[in-house]
Amino acid sequence: MAMTLDVNGKPLSVKAAPDTPLLWVLRDELKLTGTKYGCGVAQCGACTVLIDGQPTRSCVTPIEGLAAAKISTIESLGGAHPVQAAWVKHDVPQCGYCQSGQIMSAVALLNQTPKPSDADIDGAMDGNICRCGTYQRVRAAIKDAAGLAPPVPVLPVAPAKV
Amino acid sequence: MNAPVKPSDVAGATRREVVVAATLASGALLVGCSPGDLLSVGAKSEFGAFGPFIRIDPNGVVTVVSKHIEFGQGNHAGLAAIVAEELDADWSKVRVEQAPAIAKVYANTGMGVQGTGGSSAISNSWDQLRKAGASAKAMFVEAAANKWNAPAGEITVKDSVVSHAGSSKSATFAELLPDAAKVTPPTTPTLKDPKTFTLIGTDRVRRKDSQAKSDGTARFTQDVQLPNMLVAMVAHPPRFGAKVASFDAAEAKKVPGVVEVYEIPSGVAVVAETTWAAKQGRDALSVKWNEDAAEKRSSDAILASYKDLASGKTPATDKLKWQAFESKGDISKATGEAFEATYDFPYLAHATMEPMNCVAQVSMGKAKLTFGSQIPTLDQLNTAKVVAMLPGAVEIETLFAGGSFGRRATFQSDYVVECVEIAKKVGKDRPVKLVWTREDDMAAGYFRPLVHHTVKVTLDKDGYPASWRHRIVTQSIMKGSPMGVPELDETAVEGAKGSPYLKATPIVDGQLIQPEVRVPVLWWRSVGATHTAFAMEHTIDQLAKKAGKDPVEYRRALYTKAGANRHLAVLNLAAEKAGWPNTSADGWTRGVAVHESFGSVVAQIAEVKLEGGVPKLGKVVTAIDCGTAISPDQIAAQMEGGTCYGLSGALFGQVTLKDGTVEQTNFDTYRVLRNTEAPTVETHIVPSGNAPSGVGEPGTPVIAPAVANAIFAMTGKPTSSLPFVKA
Repeated sequence: MAMTLDVNGKPLSVKAAPDTPLLWVLRDELKLTGTKYGCGVAQCGACTVLIDGQPTRSCVTPIEGLAAAKISTIESLGGAHPVQAAWVKHDVPQCGYCQSGQIMSAVALLNQTPKPSDADIDGAMDGNICRCGTYQRVRAAIKDAAGLAPPVPVLPVAPAKV
Repeated sequence: MNAPVKPSDVAGATRREVVVAATLASGALLVGCSPGDLLSVGAKSEFGAFGPFIRIDPNGVVTVVSKHIEFGQGNHAGLAAIVAEELDADWSKVRVEQAPAIAKVYANTGMGVQGTGGSSAISNSWDQLRKAGASAKAMFVEAAANKWNAPAGEITVKDSVVSHAGSSKSATFAELLPDAAKVTPPTTPTLKDPKTFTLIGTDRVRRKDSQAKSDGTARFTQDVQLPNMLVAMVAHPPRFGAKVASFDAAEAKKVPGVVEVYEIPSGVAVVAETTWAAKQGRDALSVKWNEDAAEKRSSDAILASYKDLASGKTPATDKLKWQAFESKGDISKATGEAFEATYDFPYLAHATMEPMNCVAQVSMGKAKLTFGSQIPTLDQLNTAKVVAMLPGAVEIETLFAGGSFGRRATFQSDYVVECVEIAKKVGKDRPVKLVWTREDDMAAGYFRPLVHHTVKVTLDKDGYPASWRHRIVTQSIMKGSPMGVPELDETAVEGAKGSPYLKATPIVDGQLIQPEVRVPVLWWRSVGATHTAFAMEHTIDQLAKKAGKDPVEYRRALYTKAGANRHLAVLNLAAEKAGWPNTSADGWTRGVAVHESFGSVVAQIAEVKLEGGVPKLGKVVTAIDCGTAISPDQIAAQMEGGTCYGLSGALFGQVTLKDGTVEQTNFDTYRVLRNTEAPTVETHIVPSGNAPSGVGEPGTPVIAPAVANAIFAMTGKPTSSLPFVKA
């Protein structure tokens, strides 16, 4: 039974069973592998996509309810989105595996709250785990993308020449 | 497992090569031979004019070939910068590519095999890549000198442009490439005077992969999609050491998309057309396990047995002996009242964001792996054992890995071998992607071992240690090493052994005992320092209090006594930047800790407060001496990340076994640090002209004792076990 999903502005026909989590349809069937598997139980946020603008854990979202939904993945941002540019400027990623999810959560935050407070960032980003510990730069990049001054200088002071 | 390789299995290999391979497969490896050469038997290797580490395209783009995997450390930026500095290449036109697995060319010079670990990527490549860059530059200079009929000594290179001021001639690398490629490389290229570095040590050395890792195009093992590929999941036994007794695959085979079910040595594998089908099929399996040889103890019982060893209640035996790791003076002569402390450290999971996975293709006489390989040579060797091939003939394409923290570097290549076993069953070169779920990953072990320390210290009349008795009980990580098991497992004692505090103490009796436990254990970012730094640094603050001295002053005195100048320098830098001993902003109490690991020394002063009994971190002022700083920004990134990793383990990390079964299954039960819990890490680098030393791990072990010391300063209560927050 085929069903059509609106992914990144395109109607795409998928063959997966209706109870299949969106994550695996995106990755295995639509080959949109930017969205990552991390935990499968909505604990880590690596699989975050936007559904009708809302950050959503695709690993626990079966496709059956998504016929009328607009789904946006990391691929929809195009690479030069202000949040992505801030990520690159701050060299946020380390291993990089969680960053699609971090960025999608940040994009959703800034779409809804263009000038977020620290508490807003806490609320939006606490569901996205990063084991490399890039949290400080995630926060700095969000503030930069929002046009707010980062709390600490972006770059450390290079050591003096010996 | 160690089935001999028969000559008939190995197409095209000479008898000598087969003997070599069989010897390797037997596990008697690497002692007294040249492993890189041996393990490369069967490998194809051809390189361009500039050798195995540098390729320059006709458009002038310089590709630096990294023999090290990038899984977050930022080493690709550092490695590329070393080449670019000596070559005087335009940094914006330098890219990085992952090397294939060829140990004889790409061996880690500190390991003898190709592999990444011990925070050594930059340090072991330093001389090698400087020479490679300088050599390539010399070739361009000579080509220009010949072409322009000018003395080589008058030719200069800057940003990939070669110039001769006298004749006003200049040419780009791209323009000179055909000529430069014909020049014979110098045998001993002249390296730059570090004082003339223009790239190394500047904030221009930034990551090369941030764009790909911000737009979803960076390729991880999980993302590999190949024509006709199958996805595999495996049902593993619930207890370590158990085996399949029998299984029923009927229900699994009913799942649409499931292709086949196989028994393999590590469990029962379901292969399917999609990941979801593989998972559903795997979950539908019914497996009975033979647990005769399984570990059935709880972690509490294992810890209790460790404590009994440390206290002497359980005596050592001929098979289970105490081993001295530091010894001087006569401990029986120690006098006076003794300070005593014990510290317990739990099993910890690495919990990489990308659970373990691998892609393998096997056909007669051919094996290819596509994944985040941390120790390609061992992965080749272990694969070769399964498919009866020469190790060097096992092709590996190394991808980015979503973290490792040590997990992808097992002696047994556990998940790799599992994938190869399945791909061998499937055969016909058909790609098989093995996917572990988070639950599979967490239950599979290879944990940071459970550790128990006891410390007994007497003080001299000035309040400094007069005698130090130290006992460490833990399982050995090195057991099963193909490099041979060393007499003393340094990974269990490093950081206690060699501590400046022990150097400053006249009488020392440090001993280690390593019981056998059937729980797979492994290095976990910063390895022995994950517990030794805590035991040493938290003890020191308690001794300072007994002596009535400020903890920073107390350390300064001991470092001076021990001649530990680098420790002193990082401590002084951190204290200066943090404004120690002035108090912090309201509500914060500060704790200090200093530790050396992987050739680098890190000091941290952490602001801590308790919120409902849970430590909350503010600013963490960090000072590091890591020799020559190649990328200050990435050194800072590793201090930030290493601190979070160590803090995550210290605050929440704990794997427990109940009757041998791992109790934690996912991030809901294995709590890790989240954004709101992360400190702001401020990094300061001690200027140094020494060769670079480690950065990826040294930032991890210092935060736990710094937090414990802050809590001790705040409450007067020492911490005797981690994590701080009990589940």
